[in-house]
Amino acid sequence: MEALALLLAATFNAGTVLALAGLGLLINERAGIVNLGAEGMMLVAAIAGFATAVTTGNDWLAFGAGALAGALLAAAFGLLVIWLNTNQVATGLALALFGAGFSAFVGIGFVQGKLGERPRFAVPGLADLPFVGPAFFRQHPMVYAAIALTLALAWFLYRSRAGLVLRAVGESPESAHALGVPVRPIRLAAVVGGGALCGLAGAYLSVVYTPLWVEGMVAGKGWIALALTTFATWRPARLLLGAYLFGGVTMLQFHLQGEGVQVPSQFLSMLPYVATIVVLVLISRNAAWIRANMPASLGKPFFPGS
Amino acid sequence: MSLSPNRWLLKLAGWSAIGATAALVGCGKKEEAPAPVAAAPSAPAASAPAPKPEPLKIAFAYVGPVGDGGWTFAHDNARKALEKQFGDKIVTSFVEKVPEAADAERVFRDMVGQGNKLIFGTTFGYMEPMLKVAADAKDVKFEHATGYKQADNMRTYDSRTYEGAYMAGVIAGKMTKSHTLGVVGSIPIPEVIRNINSFTMGAQSVNPKVKTRVVWVNEWFNPPKETEAAQSLINQGADVLFQNTDSSAVLQTAAKNQKLAFGWDSDMTAYAPEAHLASAIINWAPYYISAVADVLEGKWQGNKASWWGVKEDAIDIVSISDKVPAETKEQIGKIKAGLKDGSFVIWKGPIVGQDGKEVLKKDEVADDKFLGGISFYVKGVEGKIPGK
Repeated sequence: MEALALLLAATFNAGTVLALAGLGLLINERAGIVNLGAEGMMLVAAIAGFATAVTTGNDWLAFGAGALAGALLAAAFGLLVIWLNTNQVATGLALALFGAGFSAFVGIGFVQGKLGERPRFAVPGLADLPFVGPAFFRQHPMVYAAIALTLALAWFLYRSRAGLVLRAVGESPESAHALGVPVRPIRLAAVVGGGALCGLAGAYLSVVYTPLWVEGMVAGKGWIALALTTFATWRPARLLLGAYLFGGVTMLQFHLQGEGVQVPSQFLSMLPYVATIVVLVLISRNAAWIRANMPASLGKPFFPGS
Repeated sequence: MSLSPNRWLLKLAGWSAIGATAALVGCGKKEEAPAPVAAAPSAPAASAPAPKPEPLKIAFAYVGPVGDGGWTFAHDNARKALEKQFGDKIVTSFVEKVPEAADAERVFRDMVGQGNKLIFGTTFGYMEPMLKVAADAKDVKFEHATGYKQADNMRTYDSRTYEGAYMAGVIAGKMTKSHTLGVVGSIPIPEVIRNINSFTMGAQSVNPKVKTRVVWVNEWFNPPKETEAAQSLINQGADVLFQNTDSSAVLQTAAKNQKLAFGWDSDMTAYAPEAHLASAIINWAPYYISAVADVLEGKWQGNKASWWGVKEDAIDIVSISDKVPAETKEQIGKIKAGLKDGSFVIWKGPIVGQDGKEVLKKDEVADDKFLGGISFYVKGVEGKIPGK
């Protein structure tokens, strides 16, 4: 039982990285912009966060620095694809590759950087309960923040006026434009907000999760987060569950190995993408499904004059 | 451009796949140590005042970044030791993050083209590319770490990392309270399996109750994965961790969970002093110095394999924590002395495999061929080797 509780705890922790980045990308895509640069933004944010944590010793400042780094990169991406109408796919890939190189370059001096002792967290009163205590209530505050963020985002998208406008921009920027909605600024806001969340995920990875800095340390989690938005059919709650599912599969794989059951880890590294392709095929087969879920103008440039 | 949503989705999936691949392949970044471009006299005239001999150009290909704090870091320290030892008689350069694939061949050809006369390749996967380039560049000498193929101008070298693993095991066996040790394995090749076995044998020599759990990450260097693997071992009751991967992530995960662990390849004390028990390190400098001396003196010969350990000062266990009792430290000292003068042998029977069958009879000593082909767990290691 103890082992199961700890497995659950590790699952939530692993899922949080994916969830934070995935929620950020979901905001982007709901506004009609696809940003394939998640991996690069996370890497730059990881070094920004790590460097801040090493220099100031303050993890919260580090999260702020990570979010800021992600937001800045996303803003550059946004200006390119929204105002200059560059190809979103190509620009996103460029951002991913740029982020990998840039983070390695600025991070040279921090490869052997050391963080102070990592704080431990416990929810007062609940952390000592049997089973649920170790499973749920000894997590880093960011784990709970990710859940709160999911709920907030779901409320924002489906219950608030601003969310409705955001979705309208993603569904049909032409109609939104005709109604006097400033399509381009709204798209930029979504891109920057999404970038900040990706940045938060990167900083969480280097400051809390691993915690160290080496180049390329995000190691594909940004791509999994991208796959996750499709896997979740662009719904925040499903995205959070998907993040825990993918995180859980990774942890379970190692857990089984420790128990003596062999599961090839290569197979499991492939699994998130296979699952995503299956979902893609399923929703692509049904036009109604696509209409209900996928932002209709996802990835399409918008020209206000036309 | 109006694609239907279906098409568009497929296109997106395709691009994502390409992107992921591109990111995984990475770009081999090139970074050379400041190399004094000594304009050597091309044809020293007889009257020239004591012409200085052209320095020997030596190149290193590394699989990881020099800042990995582990495997590649250790190689680069030895490169620096070479520069100290030989001064202006040599010029060294390195290329880091050279993938173990077709790219490696291009890098080796580049190194030859730049006039390097001695080339070190520091990972197993360079074996075939080096062999290929060696066949075309007969006047260049190649040194390949951890491989088994040689040529007239190519030889191999390795270090007996299992000796360090054994000594770490002795400490682990003494320090564990749960009698469960955890190992984060990289790739299940004989070298790594041998280390896991030796670690376990060391632990059992002081604590027969010890069991070792192993989790494979199938990579040499992937900090988040190493973290996840270490976390799952701790979750399953391991209180002392050991790793055969290249980063300090396992040690740091142990620290985060208030457990104990070791440094591997390089001294990792500084990463987590409170969790660090000792570091099993590789010192490549003695071999590199002897190889370069061989070349400079014209004694270098190909078709040779060297396997150096504690005896040659290539393997050591350092920075043993104050938490480790004095008697254990003393015991480590004795083991080291024994390995040095040959009075102590780690792989000496009786050794029993996981299935209870004797793999080495009493007093039988394993030769290097036996050690090079170990593909079984000894008793006390739990689980199965992947692919078996």
